[in-house]
Amino acid sequence: MISELLVPFSYEYMAKAMWVSALVGGVCAFLSAYLMLKGWSLMGDALAHSIVPGVAGAYILGFPFAVGAFFSGILASTAMTFVKQHSRLREDAVIGLVFTSLFALGLLMASIWPTSVSVQTIVLGNILAIPNEDVIQVAVIAAVSLAVLSLKWKDLMVTFFDESHARTIGLNTGALKILFFTLLSACTVAALQTVGACLVIAMVVTPGATAYLLTDRFGRLIVISVALGASTSFAGAYISYFLDGATGGVIVTLQTLLFLAAFFFAPKYGRIASRRRQTAMAEAAP
Amino acid sequence: MTPQPAPAVAGKLASPGASISVRGLTVTYNNGFTAVQNASFELEPGTICALVGVNGSGKSTVFKAIMGFVRPVAGDIRLCGLPVSEAIKRNVVAYVPQSEDIDWNFPVLVEDVVMMGRYGHMNFLRMASRADHYKVDQALERVGMSDHRLRQIGELSGGQKKRVFLARSLAQEGRIILLDEPFTGVDVKTETAIIALLRELRASGHLMLISTHNLGSVPDFCDQVVLINRTVLAAGPTAEVFTQANLERAFGGVLRHFNLGGAALHSDEDSRRLTVLTDDERPLVIYGDERKVEGPAPANPNSPKRSS
Ligand SMILES: Nc1ncnc2c1ncn2[C@@H]1O[C@H](COP(=O)(O)OP(=O)(O)OP(=O)(O)O)[C@@H](O)[C@H]1O
Ligand SMILES: [Mg+2]
Repeated sequence: MISELLVPFSYEYMAKAMWVSALVGGVCAFLSAYLMLKGWSLMGDALAHSIVPGVAGAYILGFPFAVGAFFSGILASTAMTFVKQHSRLREDAVIGLVFTSLFALGLLMASIWPTSVSVQTIVLGNILAIPNEDVIQVAVIAAVSLAVLSLKWKDLMVTFFDESHARTIGLNTGALKILFFTLLSACTVAALQTVGACLVIAMVVTPGATAYLLTDRFGRLIVISVALGASTSFAGAYISYFLDGATGGVIVTLQTLLFLAAFFFAPKYGRIASRRRQTAMAEAAP
Repeated sequence: MTPQPAPAVAGKLASPGASISVRGLTVTYNNGFTAVQNASFELEPGTICALVGVNGSGKSTVFKAIMGFVRPVAGDIRLCGLPVSEAIKRNVVAYVPQSEDIDWNFPVLVEDVVMMGRYGHMNFLRMASRADHYKVDQALERVGMSDHRLRQIGELSGGQKKRVFLARSLAQEGRIILLDEPFTGVDVKTETAIIALLRELRASGHLMLISTHNLGSVPDFCDQVVLINRTVLAAGPTAEVFTQANLERAFGGVLRHFNLGGAALHSDEDSRRLTVLTDDERPLVIYGDERKVEGPAPANPNSPKRSS
């Protein structure tokens, strides 16, 4: 029985898949801490869709898939920042505008120059099926992003919390935002290959949202979020071996379960705790 | 309550030349509206200066220009002799805006917000030293918010939030402090405490520029006044600038104005007139030719006792 549970660890490709998933899950969770706060939760989804023209372009020109994805990701995020700065449109409108345009462009490119890449492969990634060199690529992207985020998390926090104060303490907020979106683009590409475009959004929202219910300190929020993201991704890849199913689905299901647990049982912001406080107040009152 | 002159020696020690120089400042917003035109004034260390004017006269615009948040179309601003961007890099200036444009649900505690004032002094990893923690404690203590330090920032009242951001600017230790309407929505006790704090800072050579609608408290604690209405109408020592004539020029018909003649007030030869000018909840009271209520009454045995 126990030896059966250890089977996944005996396959090299499975061990690799689990560790890489954990790394990607952790770094996406790190980003989710910021995205969720800024009301940019849909940004992850937007980027995942915006990447399609880049991928199509890369196939046409014979570049690696990730390069095209990365550049269209950066294009999308700079376009969003630019439109936001030079118009009075709200963030959600800008995000929607930019990502649908790019997605449409991608579909157009794919229909004009039919390629071997079906949109299907982009939409449903699978860490268990991707080739070795792509695994390495994903791992490097995730590791570098994680390192940069760990060094700059406080500067990013001030920038997102109070941009004018960030400027008064001499931070270059424009550069920090571009840095953030570059990392986000890179990690979206990485997550795309592990869980697929549809579920990237979950990876960059759910862990942060869960942690948000558990703490009032941003540093702790990041730690909790990363721990959740990494452990669910690791466990998800592991479980998917037995289910023979898509890794992404399992990972996101686990994350959702944890979110629900926090939603009901969180000590301060959980439903049950606040219900209990209300009853206690009602009883205390004459 | 006479404004005591700043001890020159202490000023020199704490801050060699905290100064603001604004010359020919013109700011035009994106919609083409010119909010400030050709404004100039100079301020020296150890000064509390009031920036006074009607709503929309360009007070906040001047602050934003000094902080480099809006780019002037013309003019030159120097802080301690440095251009704005250089001054900001050197942590010369701290700024508390009129209203904070932030997400109040952001998961940061009061003490974390104040600690953000220290970031400019830390290394690039922003690791807080023991000194940083000490300065945060001090700043919270000075604004009387120590008891609330572990609250999430959104869980405070409006006035308490203002005090936290004031504490952050104290922790920042800028030699120049810009406060955009620090007294609105703040109770009298806190206002008095803030004014006491500003006096302490002045004594150590800081330079403070404060916009306010509380005309009544301006002569109490400000030694300089800049009157503004889309340009600088008058600037200089309070006694010279903060006069009825100038105020009427700055406020036009907006000012609530009560003028009680000497004869209407009392039946004696005391010919002074009581003038009440008010833009907000705290009126400016001018009795006779004196600027303040505390002005000396002429020697007259029948003169009514002043209650002060
Ligand atoms: N972002 C902006 N775009 C266009 N016009 C603006 C902008 N901000 C302010 N203004 C205009 O500039 C003028 C000066 O505004 P400012 O905020 O400096 O006034 P203020 O003196 O601070 O007023 P208050 O006493 O109400 O705070 C106003 O007429 C205002 O309508
Ligand atoms: Mg203003």
